[in-house]
Amino acid sequence: MTLGPGARWLLRVATALTLTFVYVPLVIIALYAFNESRIQAWPIEGLTLEWFGRALDNPGARDALWLSLRAALGATALALVLGTLASLAVARYRFFGRETISFLVILPIALPGIVTGMALNATFNTTGISLGLLTIVVGHATFCIVVVYNNAVARLRRTSQHLEEASADLGADAWQTFRHITFPQLRSALLAGALLAFALSFDEVIVTTFTAGPDQTLPIWILSNLSRPNQLPVVNVVAVVLILLSTIPVYVATRLSRDTGAVSPTAGAAQAAGAR
Amino acid sequence: MITAENAAHFPRVSKSPEPPDVRLQGVTKRFEDVLAVDELTLEIPRGSFFALLGPSGCGKTTTLRMIGGFEDPSEGRILLGDHDVTGLPSYKRDVNTVFQSYALFPHLDVFENVAFGLKRRKVAKAEIAKRAREMLAIVGLEGMDRRKPRQLSGGQQQRVALARALVNHPRVLLLDEPLGALDLKLRKQMQLELKRIQHEVGITFVHVTHDQEEAMTMADSIAVMSRGRIEQLGGPTELYERPRTAFVAGFLGVSNLLGGTVTTSGAVRVDGTGEIRVDAPLPPAGTRVQVGVRPEKLRLDDSAANSVSGTVVERAYIGVATQYVVDTPAGRLTVFVQSSGTAAEGDAVRVSWDPESTFVLEEAS
Ligand SMILES: Nc1ncnc2c1ncn2[C@@H]1O[C@H](COP(=O)(O)OP(=O)(O)OP(=O)(O)O)[C@@H](O)[C@H]1O
Ligand SMILES: [Mg+2]
Repeated sequence: MTLGPGARWLLRVATALTLTFVYVPLVIIALYAFNESRIQAWPIEGLTLEWFGRALDNPGARDALWLSLRAALGATALALVLGTLASLAVARYRFFGRETISFLVILPIALPGIVTGMALNATFNTTGISLGLLTIVVGHATFCIVVVYNNAVARLRRTSQHLEEASADLGADAWQTFRHITFPQLRSALLAGALLAFALSFDEVIVTTFTAGPDQTLPIWILSNLSRPNQLPVVNVVAVVLILLSTIPVYVATRLSRDTGAVSPTAGAAQAAGAR
Repeated sequence: MITAENAAHFPRVSKSPEPPDVRLQGVTKRFEDVLAVDELTLEIPRGSFFALLGPSGCGKTTTLRMIGGFEDPSEGRILLGDHDVTGLPSYKRDVNTVFQSYALFPHLDVFENVAFGLKRRKVAKAEIAKRAREMLAIVGLEGMDRRKPRQLSGGQQQRVALARALVNHPRVLLLDEPLGALDLKLRKQMQLELKRIQHEVGITFVHVTHDQEEAMTMADSIAVMSRGRIEQLGGPTELYERPRTAFVAGFLGVSNLLGGTVTTSGAVRVDGTGEIRVDAPLPPAGTRVQVGVRPEKLRLDDSAANSVSGTVVERAYIGVATQYVVDTPAGRLTVFVQSSGTAAEGDAVRVSWDPESTFVLEEAS
C-alpha cells in the first residue's frame, strides 16, 4: 500500500497525538514524584529525592509492596504449573471436549474482572475461607493462567510432536521426555508467560478488591491514599515504582516472545486485562 | 569404515529364518471411520532389509507406527522375536525409528543426539562416548559432534538420525521414507549407503517408501501394499517378473496386459489373436486371465515363441532405449528396444517374446 503525502502527514500527527495522550500523564506523575513542593502545580519548583525516602519509611506502602510481590509471585507460580499442564493436555492429547477446555481456560481473560471478583468473593464467603494472601493468589491466577497457557500452547503447536515420539522411541519415559525434550523447547515461552503473568498480577485492582479483605496491595494502597493531600507525593513515588515493576517484565516478555513467535496471543491477553 | 574393533558390537546375524524379528498377526487399525490397515499378517525375517512399498495413503506409515509403538492396533497382535509387544509403550520396545522429518532434538548437538538413547539406558559415560563416536564414523560424520542440527545439511541430518537410532543396536530399525526430503542425486547415493550400513550392522531394516525403484534397489524382500492390505510379498525380481495382480504389475513399472482364456492344452488364447505359451502355473481351463509382459522383454522380430503382428503407431527415443507403441489385434503394446531399431511409424511389424517372460494375472471378475 502506498500513501499520498497528505495521508502520511495525517498518520504521523495521529501517531504523535496518541503517544502524547498515553505517555504525557505518566511523565507528569513521574516528575511529581521528584517535586520539591507538596502541592501539585506547574511549573515544578525544584527536584528532590525526599519523597522516595518517605515512601520507603511509610509502613503502609511497604506492606502493600510486600503483599503485592508475594501475591504476584504466588499467582505466577500457580499459573506456571497449571497453565503448563493444561497446554500439554490440549496440545498433545486428543480427548473428548478438548476444544471446550481450551476455550474455558482462555475465557477468564475476557470476563469482566468485576464479575470474576464477585463470583470468587461469594465462593470464599460461602465456603468460609478467610480473605488474604491465598485468596488474592487464587483470584489473580484465574487470568495469569491464561497468559502462561497461551504462550505454552503457541510454542507446543510450533514444535513437532515427532520430537517427543523420537524421545520415547529412544527409551525415555514420559517424565524423561518432558525434562529433556519438551521443557527445553518450552523454556523461553514459559519465561515470557511468567513475566506477563507477574505484571498482570502486580497492578491488578478490580479482582483484588473482592479477594483481598482488609489487606492492601500496592495499587489498592494508591487508590485509598489518592484522596489524602498529605500523602500525594508518596503516592506519586509508589506509582512510579508500580509503573516500573509492571512495564519491565512486559518489555522483557515481548522481547522473548518476539524471538519465539508467540507475540500476538499474549499481547492481546495483556491488553484485555489492562496490563498497560 | 567398519574396523575389527567396532565389528565386535555388530555380530553379523546369520540370515537363518528363526525366529522372525517382526510378526504382525491379523493387525487392523481404524481411525474413526478410516480403515488404515486391514488385517495385516506379515513376518519379517532376521537381518533382512524389508521394504513396505505402496501408494500414498495405503497404510505404510500406520503399520510402521504400530511396530514402533506410536499407535495401538485396533485388532491383532505384534511380536518382536518371541516377545508379544502389543500395547507396550514405545520406550519399552527394542526398536528404533528414523523419522521422515528426522526429528533431531534442536537444542542438543550431534553427539548429544546420538548419545540420547544410550543415556536413557544408563550406559557408562566412557562407553557412550566410544559407541557414539564409532557410530558417527560409520555414517561418515566424524568431527561433527558439536554441531547443532540446524548447522547441518539435509543429508547430514539424515545421517545423524540414522546414527541416533542405530547406536542403540535395536532388534529392528524402522525407517519412514528416510530419503524423501533429499534431492535425487543424494537420494541415490544414500540408498547405496543405507544398504551398506545395513550390511555392516546386520540389523533388520523395515523401510517404508512409495518409490518402487528405491525399494527394488535396496530391499531383500518387498511387501507391496494397497488400501491397508498386502497385495504381494516377495523379492524384487520375483515381484517384477511375476506380479500376481494388475496393481503390483502396474506399480512396479510399465507392463503390457492382454486379456485371454486358459485353454485345455495349458496355453492362453489371447482375445483377438492366437494362443500363446506361458511358463507359469495356470488356473483351470476356461478361466479368464490377463497375461502380461514387460516392455523390455518384447522384441520387434519373430525370434521368440510367442508373437503377434501389428503396426507401429509411435516411436520415441527415451535415453537408454527406444520406445515403440505397436497396435495389435490383442491391444496396444509398449516395446522398449535397446538399439535404436529400424522400424518407423506406420510399418507392419511382428512383436515376439519368450514364454518365461510372460506372467499371468487372474482377472478380477
Ligand atoms: N491420525 C490419523 N487420524 C485419522 N486418519 C489417519 C491418521 N493417520 C492416518 N490416517 C489415515 O489412514 C490412512 C493410511 O495413512 P498412512 O499415513 O499410514 O499412509 P501412508 O501409506 O504412510 O501414506 P504416505 O505415503 O502418504 O505417507 C490414510 O487414509 C490416512 O488418511
Ligand atoms: Mg507415510
